[in-house]
Amino acid sequence: MPQHDVLVIGAGLAGQRAALAAAEAGASVGIISKVHPVRSHSNAAQGGINAALDPQDSWESHAFDTVKGSDYLGDQDAIEIMCREAPNELLTLEHLGVTFHRDETGHLGKRAFGGASAARTYYVADITGQAILHVLYEQLMKFEEVTRYEEWFSTALVQDDDGRIAGVVTRNIRDGAMELFAAKAVILATGGNGQIYDPTTNALICTGDGIAMAYRIGAPLMDMEMIQYHPTTLAGLGLLITEGARGEGAHLYNAEGERFMEKYAPNKMELASRDVVSRAEQTEINDGRGFPDGTVALDITVVPRKRIHEALREIVNVGRDFAGVDITREPIHIKPGNHYVMGGIHTDVHGRTPIPGLYAAGECACVSVHGGNRLGANSLLDTLVFGRRSGEHAAEAVRGMGMPEPSRSSMQDEERGIQDIVNRDGTGRRVSELKAELGETMDKYVAVFRDEDGLNTALEIVRRLKEEAQNVAIDDKGTVFNQDVLGALELQFMLDNAEAIVISAIERKESRGAQYRTDYPERNDDEWLKHINVSANGAEPELSYSEVTMTQWEPQERTY
Amino acid sequence: MADFKLKIRRFDPESAEPAYWADFDVDLPPERSVLDGILQVKDREDASIAIRCSCRAAICGSCGVRINGRSALACNTRIGDAAERGRDGVVTVEPMGNMPVIKDLVTDMEAVHWKKVRRIVPWLVPAEDPPEGQEYIVPAEAMLDVTQAMACIHCGVCVSACLSMEVDPEFIGPAALAKAYRFVGDPRDGEEEARLKDLAEDPHGIYDCTHCFACVEVCPKDVAPMNQIMRLRRRATGDYGIKDQNNGYGHEKAFVEIVERWGTNHEAQLLPRSFGNGSLVRGQLSPSGAKQLTKELPTAIRGLKSGKVAPKKVFFHPKLPDQKQVQRIYHEIESHDERIELNLYIVGELGEDEESA
Repeated sequence: MPQHDVLVIGAGLAGQRAALAAAEAGASVGIISKVHPVRSHSNAAQGGINAALDPQDSWESHAFDTVKGSDYLGDQDAIEIMCREAPNELLTLEHLGVTFHRDETGHLGKRAFGGASAARTYYVADITGQAILHVLYEQLMKFEEVTRYEEWFSTALVQDDDGRIAGVVTRNIRDGAMELFAAKAVILATGGNGQIYDPTTNALICTGDGIAMAYRIGAPLMDMEMIQYHPTTLAGLGLLITEGARGEGAHLYNAEGERFMEKYAPNKMELASRDVVSRAEQTEINDGRGFPDGTVALDITVVPRKRIHEALREIVNVGRDFAGVDITREPIHIKPGNHYVMGGIHTDVHGRTPIPGLYAAGECACVSVHGGNRLGANSLLDTLVFGRRSGEHAAEAVRGMGMPEPSRSSMQDEERGIQDIVNRDGTGRRVSELKAELGETMDKYVAVFRDEDGLNTALEIVRRLKEEAQNVAIDDKGTVFNQDVLGALELQFMLDNAEAIVISAIERKESRGAQYRTDYPERNDDEWLKHINVSANGAEPELSYSEVTMTQWEPQERTY
Repeated sequence: MADFKLKIRRFDPESAEPAYWADFDVDLPPERSVLDGILQVKDREDASIAIRCSCRAAICGSCGVRINGRSALACNTRIGDAAERGRDGVVTVEPMGNMPVIKDLVTDMEAVHWKKVRRIVPWLVPAEDPPEGQEYIVPAEAMLDVTQAMACIHCGVCVSACLSMEVDPEFIGPAALAKAYRFVGDPRDGEEEARLKDLAEDPHGIYDCTHCFACVEVCPKDVAPMNQIMRLRRRATGDYGIKDQNNGYGHEKAFVEIVERWGTNHEAQLLPRSFGNGSLVRGQLSPSGAKQLTKELPTAIRGLKSGKVAPKKVFFHPKLPDQKQVQRIYHEIESHDERIELNLYIVGELGEDEESA
């Protein structure tokens, strides 16, 4: 049985940063990922990472922007920590080798981003996430103390009799062998759950595995109703066009040629926070001022060509390859699309969940620093700061502790579950059909605008799909790279995520951040300035509330 | 919507059967990708087809395959274009080359690509301790310069297409060497010369590339791996004068000098000059040069027999009629203090400079 002091699940930015921090603190570390680490979805973070590094800027300003961006649902103690630690985290990355853009003096150069009162986004062209991910992987290759388990799929968390985390059940994708890992602490860094939506900017691997695994053993999920729709995604495919485009000066137009953000955010215009811009676009489209394909136009041609080549090169490629548009010459049609889950496994500022020994960091976690709406370029920061903090804390906490002995029966249960799926007679619906129905449902009813009827319809469908998923049919009976059986397991993870999102959205009877209820169009601080938590409690999910931590910023009206 | 025919190479390691072709029909608009086609087959007909894929946007680098024999990412190859190029309109998809196949379209990148990446010391070795409380100060152009190599997503498509690796499986290869340039070109790294020496001396290193452009043609991210390898060579020879046991230094020097003098390659002088670090005399008289020349005698005889080297030309190689023009090019290039390196992050698409000016 492989055993580690600290076992990290997921090898995107949060996971790799956690693994490095735990190893540096002297722990024996294993990192498990269902894909090779450099395939992780952190790759797709294009625009950059926020930090108040410039002496003219301040962490307080960054923190206030984040609090305001969150529509006052973010926990201010956690936000303060993130913004204070941002400059050092950025410098650490630079020292490790990230090729950040420089200004003409050779210092780090920065660009403007949405919802920010100063330009404080540091970047590598528009491949920032990729550049950081690859540099962290370089460090993982260097640190032989960290054992990498690449292409291993985690199916369940294992606790001991006292409820403390004891290990993880996994399946080696290469040969289908099940393996039980023992660990004194487990850090979940499995990313988001965008695949429950169709379309989405998220990769096919973003199926909310860690969120569901934690939920199933009783960890509460917080702010799950807060699902970010990114303002600039390609219609149909859902591919992302970075906010960096607007940061570099690109404009939004409706089909009548009107720069419509003037009506919604006269000061910040295109650089208002994402929930505001997405709602504005959707309003234009719903009111008949969009293009026939249900889009509005993003005009990047106002950005000088030289600047596009050095700073937005990836977007040139995306436009050319996936939309047949040369963005340096003509506007590109875009619409709001599913992008990010602000909610996740509730943790404290050290990444600890209420389950002893279980940590979470990155998109699967909810500290909460993003509250109702995440600012662009704060997600990379979140993964790195809280990934590191989790790794450091876990390594310290398990020092001197004996290695737990997770029970073999938990692995046998998982093995039996998989065998049941493989042995089915094939009379059920296909995984792909259920997934398509889920994606369509979520994008229709749990999107930019929501109401009670639609949400109830969504809940009904999700619950029916959960039933149907119990009997889903698969084709592949083999053991080597059986992606079909993994798809069936991911579908179950996704449905748990979807149920938590929908019931939280039904519960919050107000409009705040990404949750806009047409039946409750106002923010209601008296009743709803609080987090909604969902916990699995036997068959029925249980809802509870927790307070929002305030330090120095009282809620104000939110305009951009 | 249109109908396309997909022919997918299948291999199930758990069966006793060899690999075989399987045909499928897909129904997609022509601008959608080959990956979309494969996913449609998986969704509707046969979910047991194995292919790594994730982002669908040419960012994660998972879905490298060969489409109609050409290495590419399935997600950024349009199915309509692939059908036009395919025989009888059929789009064939098979696993990448130069790597063992695990199942269907999934190859063992760890056994080949990642092993080679680890070979090049793939992390920054800083020249000095990081400055307290601030970043390293480096020129903006230097960072843009290595960003092109940084844009590599390690999809393995160039490795699959590499002709040198087909002949020499030990060749470090285009992707790993491009990554090496990312450190060599990074002013923060302190091991530039040691890295160059290492990669020049390795018989499977920078001089093992045959300059065939296959990697440049197939790279989905415009990394142009061969260009990065050539930049490693220019730094190794031009900046550090690293004379390697593979005669890479001599071979390059020989080529440059021969073309400067005659305008075309003087076959009979290329080998002796290569063995003599560029010098004809040293190549023939020094013990090591003479020894190597003797070893290559059969090659020379084959050249004479096949007519590639004419006996007359051995002693008298004609100059180009406008050899002065060639020399003016040399003069122009050598009159610059710094090498001018093209980089897509700096100049945009090739050839559009005048247009945008």
